Amino acid sequence: MPMNSFLGVFAKSPLKPLEDHINLVHQCSQGLLPFFEAVYAEDWKTAQDRQQTISKLEKQADVIKRELRINLPIGIFMPIQRQDVLDLLTQQDKIANKAKDISGRILGRQLTIPEQLQSQFLIYLQRCLDATEQAKQVINELDDLLETGFKGREVKLVEDMIERLDSIEDDTDKLQISLRRSLLSIEKNLNPVDVMFLYSIIEWVGELADISERVGSRLELMLAN
Amino acid sequence: MDILQTYGFMLIVTAAVVGFLMAWGIGANDVANAMGTSVGSKALTIKQAILIAMVFEFAGAYLAGGEVTSTIRNGIIDPTYFADTPELLVYGMISSLFAAGIWLAVASYLGWPVSTTHSIIGALIGFASVGVSSNAVEWSKVSGIVGSWVITPGIAGFIAYLIFQSAQKLIFDTEKPFENAKRYVPFYMAFAGFIMSLVTIKKGLSHVGLNIGDGMGYMISIAIGITVAVIGKIIIGRIKYDPSAVCAAHFANVEKVFAVLMIVTACCMAFAHGSNDVANAIGPLAAVVSIVNKGGQIGTEAPISWWILPMGGIGIVAGLALFGHRVIKTIGNGITHLTPSRGFAAELAAASTVVIASGTGLPISTTQTLVGAVLGVGMARGIAALNLGVVRNIVISWVVTLPAGAGLSIVFFFMIKGIFAP
Repeated sequence: MPMNSFLGVFAKSPLKPLEDHINLVHQCSQGLLPFFEAVYAEDWKTAQDRQQTISKLEKQADVIKRELRINLPIGIFMPIQRQDVLDLLTQQDKIANKAKDISGRILGRQLTIPEQLQSQFLIYLQRCLDATEQAKQVINELDDLLETGFKGREVKLVEDMIERLDSIEDDTDKLQISLRRSLLSIEKNLNPVDVMFLYSIIEWVGELADISERVGSRLELMLAN
Repeated sequence: MDILQTYGFMLIVTAAVVGFLMAWGIGANDVANAMGTSVGSKALTIKQAILIAMVFEFAGAYLAGGEVTSTIRNGIIDPTYFADTPELLVYGMISSLFAAGIWLAVASYLGWPVSTTHSIIGALIGFASVGVSSNAVEWSKVSGIVGSWVITPGIAGFIAYLIFQSAQKLIFDTEKPFENAKRYVPFYMAFAGFIMSLVTIKKGLSHVGLNIGDGMGYMISIAIGITVAVIGKIIIGRIKYDPSAVCAAHFANVEKVFAVLMIVTACCMAFAHGSNDVANAIGPLAAVVSIVNKGGQIGTEAPISWWILPMGGIGIVAGLALFGHRVIKTIGNGITHLTPSRGFAAELAAASTVVIASGTGLPISTTQTLVGAVLGVGMARGIAALNLGVVRNIVISWVVTLPAGAGLSIVFFFMIKGIFAP
């Protein structure tokens, strides 16, 4: 029965899919921990399985991304700018892509992390994943932001969370510098090609935190509107 | 005159049947708009919504529907024009009912969100201006009514904006939103109860045989408002604070309090809808009855026959009982992001606007007012996403309805005239 109703006025909320998306993205990047565990053990069979998990989650996040884009035509009136929502989504998606790239590259070259760097690298990775975790928490505040009409206390709360995200990202920068220095001190004993790739892996892991920070600043822009 | 004496009873029965069918259609279809927000935000189950709608639609139609019925009956068409040919007015009223009824049926079938008010007004203007003479229409009053269609959604939107902002200030943007919700929500309830009862007492009860003085009216309204608030406070007091919901979403507990408030505003909405929209079905019927009963004399002062308002009320309730369930079910599934705190602001604003318009006799569109109120909440950044394309379609369907109702009623008018022509 065709509906003679005004309730079509209510469009699908973009906030819930945004939250679902970041949650998946976060889960996807968390997959790097068990993946590197397998890499440290040089168990490439398990590493491959875990890389599969990461890439599967990345695909699921892509599905949500596409659905959200389709459901956001121009005639939608939202408390936040449509362009901001789309930009935020793009940034979030990059986190999952980066996690997939890191695991893919390591697996493809069967690149091992030198034993002297392993514990330091793990700390670095964990800190970068803390940043994605924080980005996830920030995005999950969107519900409450809507409840308060995107103003007042809740905005303050979210801004504090974004500030914390920034400081985590600062940490990762420092960790990255010291990790590179450690690599520099041992690089003569290593295969030069592997060293090149190790540098780029270190950089990519750092980008997880960079992009997470960008998610936060996108949201900040959204709130400033 | 002979025609009215010979066929009088038949004309009344025809008008009554068509009027009843129209009321039935309003109940079946339109009420989804009035109750949809409550069901959509999960404040009410479908069964509860139907029950509330039945009671309060009837109450609204019976207690506060008189003024608008009078406007439809004799506010749009200049009765002096028909002094010599009252049968033409009777034909016209019946053909208007036919026209509006058929247009509504077609529109519902095609899924257009048309307004019952617009169809009946368009139909009345149509038969009077083309079938008789363009002077037979009280254009000044018509322009007032059409003007109100533009203004009321704006007013409702503004009120909704204010209500929403006040809820934000008092409850959401505070240290302890749950405690504040418990404290302030009863005031909103009192406000809702006060407005509804005040309009009813001041404008509606005279035809039931009750005449209450000004001061007395205010006193009773305040008393009713306080009663509603006290009952609401007791119910709210029973809500358990769910600590597990705190981490998931800070405001889940607060929304529970607003869900109680929404039951009150849903009653108001049903009441307001009944008070305004019943007239669309029974206004023309009331005109036919009074003309025939007076043997062709067109009296503007005659009271509405006692059985007409309840009949319209029963028609709406019958439509609800038969089809409301299905209609509300379809809409209840679609909405994702409408929490009780938003729904209440929109409903309270729309219901107040509609019921005040009913009190002044203005036939406005409930749906239109509700859309205005929803947009008002949207402006306050309260709703995740509104589909402006749908808003545009709704506006277009309203504009199209006027000429469509007019055209159909012209056709029916000449048909009926032809049938009864000596």
